[in-house]
This record gives sequence, structure tokens and C-alpha cells, in this order.
Amino acid sequence: MEYIKAFVVGGIICLIGQVILDNTKFTPAHLLLTFLLSGVILGALGLYQPIVDFAGAGASIPISGFGNSLAKGAIKGANEKGIIGAFTGGIEATGAGVAAIILFGYIMAVIFNPKTKD
Amino acid sequence: MDKFNKKDYKKYSDKKVPNPPYLKNMLIAFLVGGIFCTLGQIITNILKSNGLDNEMAAAGTSISMVLIGALLTGLGLYDKIGKVGGAGAAVPITGFANSIVAPAMEYKREGFIFGVAAKMFTVAGPVLVYGIGGSVIVGLITLLLR
Repeated sequence: MEYIKAFVVGGIICLIGQVILDNTKFTPAHLLLTFLLSGVILGALGLYQPIVDFAGAGASIPISGFGNSLAKGAIKGANEKGIIGAFTGGIEATGAGVAAIILFGYIMAVIFNPKTKD
Repeated sequence: MDKFNKKDYKKYSDKKVPNPPYLKNMLIAFLVGGIFCTLGQIITNILKSNGLDNEMAAAGTSISMVLIGALLTGLGLYDKIGKVGGAGAAVPITGFANSIVAPAMEYKREGFIFGVAAKMFTVAGPVLVYGIGGSVIVGLITLLLR
């Protein structure tokens, strides 16, 4: 059941992205930013976490889940540590993913070469 | 072509550019996105069954998914998934990893500093600027509203 929820909700989020892609001049980069910011805003309003609680990875794997974690972390930080926490909270909550993306991204880019387009 | 003014030309070209196959694209984006999220759920459950709490399992899942996205990009497979899957490949965090590795690989000949390391952030830079910047603003607003 968990997997079905993750599959369906994650699929729906990506389907929304596809509708945006096909009906605007957005590039995938615009799409990433749009979903990230939507996640930050919905997360700040407390509207995204219920989706994560329901769908698990279906809501946390899309980049909007990254935005939600940023917002949630900043709110938690602000509540626990005041103004310093407002600055550190977002990065603290997403640090694992950001650090991994920088290290693995660098390693893969160094090891592999782009495939020639055919 | 001289007869066309800009407006007419736009109308003309809009008519000639074929519409994307909306329904098919939506279905494939749904399937591909769903598969990535299910994979994430599988990793989360494996980590949890090894005794990690929710927060650690979520962090471990992010790390694993990023590794998968970066590796598939390096192998040239993510490009293919992206061509078929559209937003289904772009929106998951694996797509974020792809947006880092692809330009970095492409610009390697410009060196390891201004080629690889700088180009890693062509898309990731804006994502981090707006994401982290936005999170600080959310934190500050939280303080103001207390």
C-alpha cells in the first residue's frame, strides 16, 4: 500500500510538471525551480507535510519535497534557536542531500564523458 | 516571407508547430515519476528496517537517490530516460542530480575549476539560491509572527 501511494502521488506531481512543460515555454530547469519554490511556499504554510505523511517518498522525492524540507527546517530552527536558527535550519535539514549532490556530482562528472549524440 | 509582419508570422508558425501529444506525455511522466518515487520508498523502507529513524532514513534516501541520478547521468542513461519521461525524469531529485552532472561533464575540457566545478551549478546554483534564500526568509517570517 505504501508503494502504491508513493507511486501514485509521485506520479501525479510529475504529471503536473508535464502539463506545465507542454503548455509553456518552460525548460526542465524552470520546472525544477517552480516545483522547488512551490515546495518552500507550501511547506511554509504547513500544506506540504500532510502530503509527505500520506505518500512518503511520493512527496519527498520530487524536488518540491526538497523545498518543503528547507522551509520546515527553517521554521524549526527559528523556533528553537531564534534568528541564528532561521539561517541554519534550512541547510541543516537538507544538508545530506546537498553534500551528496556536490560530491557525487563532481565524481561522476570527472569519471564519465558525455556520450556523443547520434 | 517579406509579406509577413511579426504578428502574422507568429500565428503562421504557431499553426505549423505540431502540438505535443499531451495525453501520452502525461501518462509517461506519471509512470516514470511514479517509478522513481517508488524506488525512493523502497530505499526508505530498507533503511528503516535496518534501524534508522525517520529523519536518518529520509537523509539516507536523498543521498542514495542523488547517487543513482548522478550515476545514471554519467552512464548516459538519464538523458534517454529524460527524453522519454519528460517531467517524470526532471522533477524527482534524481533529475536535480542530472542537472548538475550533465553540464559539468559537458564542460570538462574547460578544466576542473571553471569547467567541471563551476558548471555543476548552472541549474543547481539558482535552485540553491532560491531554495536556501527562501528558507531563510521563511525562518525570519516565523520569528516575526511569533
